[in-house]
Amino acid sequence: MNSRYVVLAAEGHSPVIPQTAEIIVGLIAFSILFILLRKFAVPKFEAAYQARTEAIQGGMEKAEKAQREAEAALANYKAQLAEARGEAQKLRDEARAEGAAIIEQMRNTAQDEANRITASARAAIEAERQQALNSLTQEVGTIATNLASKIVGEALDDQARQSRVVERFLADLEAGKK
Amino acid sequence: MSVLLEGAEGGFTPPSSADFEFAPIWGNSILATKPVLMVGLSVIIVATFFIISARKAAIVPSRIQFLGEGIYGFVRKSLGEEVIGPEFHRFMPFLFTVFTFILTNNWFGFIPFLQFPTMSHIGFPLSITIFTYLVYHYTAVKHQGFIPYMKHVLFMPGVPKPVYVILTPIEFATYFIVRPLTLTMRLFANMFAGHLLLLVFILGGEHLIMSGALLKVFGVGSFAMSIVLSFFEFGVQALQAYIFTLLTSLYIAGSVADEH
Repeated sequence: MNSRYVVLAAEGHSPVIPQTAEIIVGLIAFSILFILLRKFAVPKFEAAYQARTEAIQGGMEKAEKAQREAEAALANYKAQLAEARGEAQKLRDEARAEGAAIIEQMRNTAQDEANRITASARAAIEAERQQALNSLTQEVGTIATNLASKIVGEALDDQARQSRVVERFLADLEAGKK
Repeated sequence: MSVLLEGAEGGFTPPSSADFEFAPIWGNSILATKPVLMVGLSVIIVATFFIISARKAAIVPSRIQFLGEGIYGFVRKSLGEEVIGPEFHRFMPFLFTVFTFILTNNWFGFIPFLQFPTMSHIGFPLSITIFTYLVYHYTAVKHQGFIPYMKHVLFMPGVPKPVYVILTPIEFATYFIVRPLTLTMRLFANMFAGHLLLLVFILGGEHLIMSGALLKVFGVGSFAMSIVLSFFEFGVQALQAYIFTLLTSLYIAGSVADEH
C-alpha cells in the first residue's frame, strides 16, 4: 500500500486518459506474446488436437471394421446352420420315405403269403372232398349190393320181416359209418 | 506507519484515481513502473506456461499439457469455432493471445503481492483494442474488398433509402468509433472499479482498526468483506477477459460473413 503515499502528485493524471508509453508497452508486449504463442504454442496444440482426433477416428474405424467382420462371420455361421438344418431335414425326409417303402413292401409280401396259404388250403380241402366223394360213391355201391343180396337172401314174405331187415340194414349202416 | 497514523488522526481519505498511479521503482522512466513491469511479467508467464505445456503435444497429455490444452480448447471451441465458423483456424493465435493476455493481467489483481489488475490502466486495454480494430477491419477488407465492405457498412442492403439518413451515421459510428471505445472502456472500467472497490474496503478497514475500540469490529468486517469481494472480482476478471475475446471474435465473424 506504499503506493498510496508515494503518488506522483505533480501529474494529477486522469485515469481515462491513456498514457502513450503504456499504449506502446501494451502493443509491444501483446505482439511479443502473439508471436511466441503463434510460433510455439498454437501449432502444437492444433497438432495434438489433430492427432487425437485422428487417433479417435482410427479407433472408431478399427471398431467398425471389427464389427463388419463379426457381422460377416455371423452371417456365415447362420448360412452354414441353415444349410445343415436343410440337410438334416432332407435326410429325415428320405429316411421317412424309405421306411414307408419298406413297410409297403412287407405288407405286400405278407398279403401274398396269406393269399398263397389260403389258396393251398382251399386246394387241399377240395382234394379231400373229392376223395371222400369218390370213396363214398364206392361204398354206396357196395352197400347197395349188400342190401340187395340180403333182401334177396331173406325171402321177403311178410311185411314184418321186410321192415326188420330194413331196420337192421340201417343199423348196420349206422354202425359201419362209425 | 507514522504516515498511516497521521492519516487516521486527520480523518479518512477515500481511495482515488491517485491510487492507480505508481512511481518508477528505479530511475525516472515510466517503463520501470509496477504496471509496465507486470505486463512484461504476464508475457513471460503466459508464453512460458503455454510453450512448456504445448512442447510435447502428446496424444495422451501430461498434467500441464492437459491444463494448457484445456484453456486452448476452450478458446478454440467456444470463442473460435462456434462464433466465427469454419474459417476460425487462422484467427486462433490472435484470439488465444487476446484471451490469455487479458486473463493473466486481470488476475494479477487477485494474486498476492501483485494485487493490481494491469488492465485498469486504460493504455493496455487500448493497445489490445487497436489490434482487434485492425484485425477485424483488415479481415473484412481482405474478405469482401474495400468498396463492398464500406458499402455494406454504410449502406446496409435491404433498407429503404430515406432510412440511410439515420442509419449510415449510426453504422459508421458503430464500426469505427463505438466498437473500439466500448471494448476499451468496458475492460478498463471493470478493472478500475473492481480495484477501487477493494481499496475502499481494505483502506477503510485499515482506518477503522486504527480508530476507536468499537470501530475495530467494523474494521474486521470490512476486511472480511474485501476477501469476499476479492473472489467476486476474480470471477469478474475472468468474465471480462472472456467478453473482450468474445466480442473480438464476433467482430471478426462479422467481417468474414458475406451477409450482415
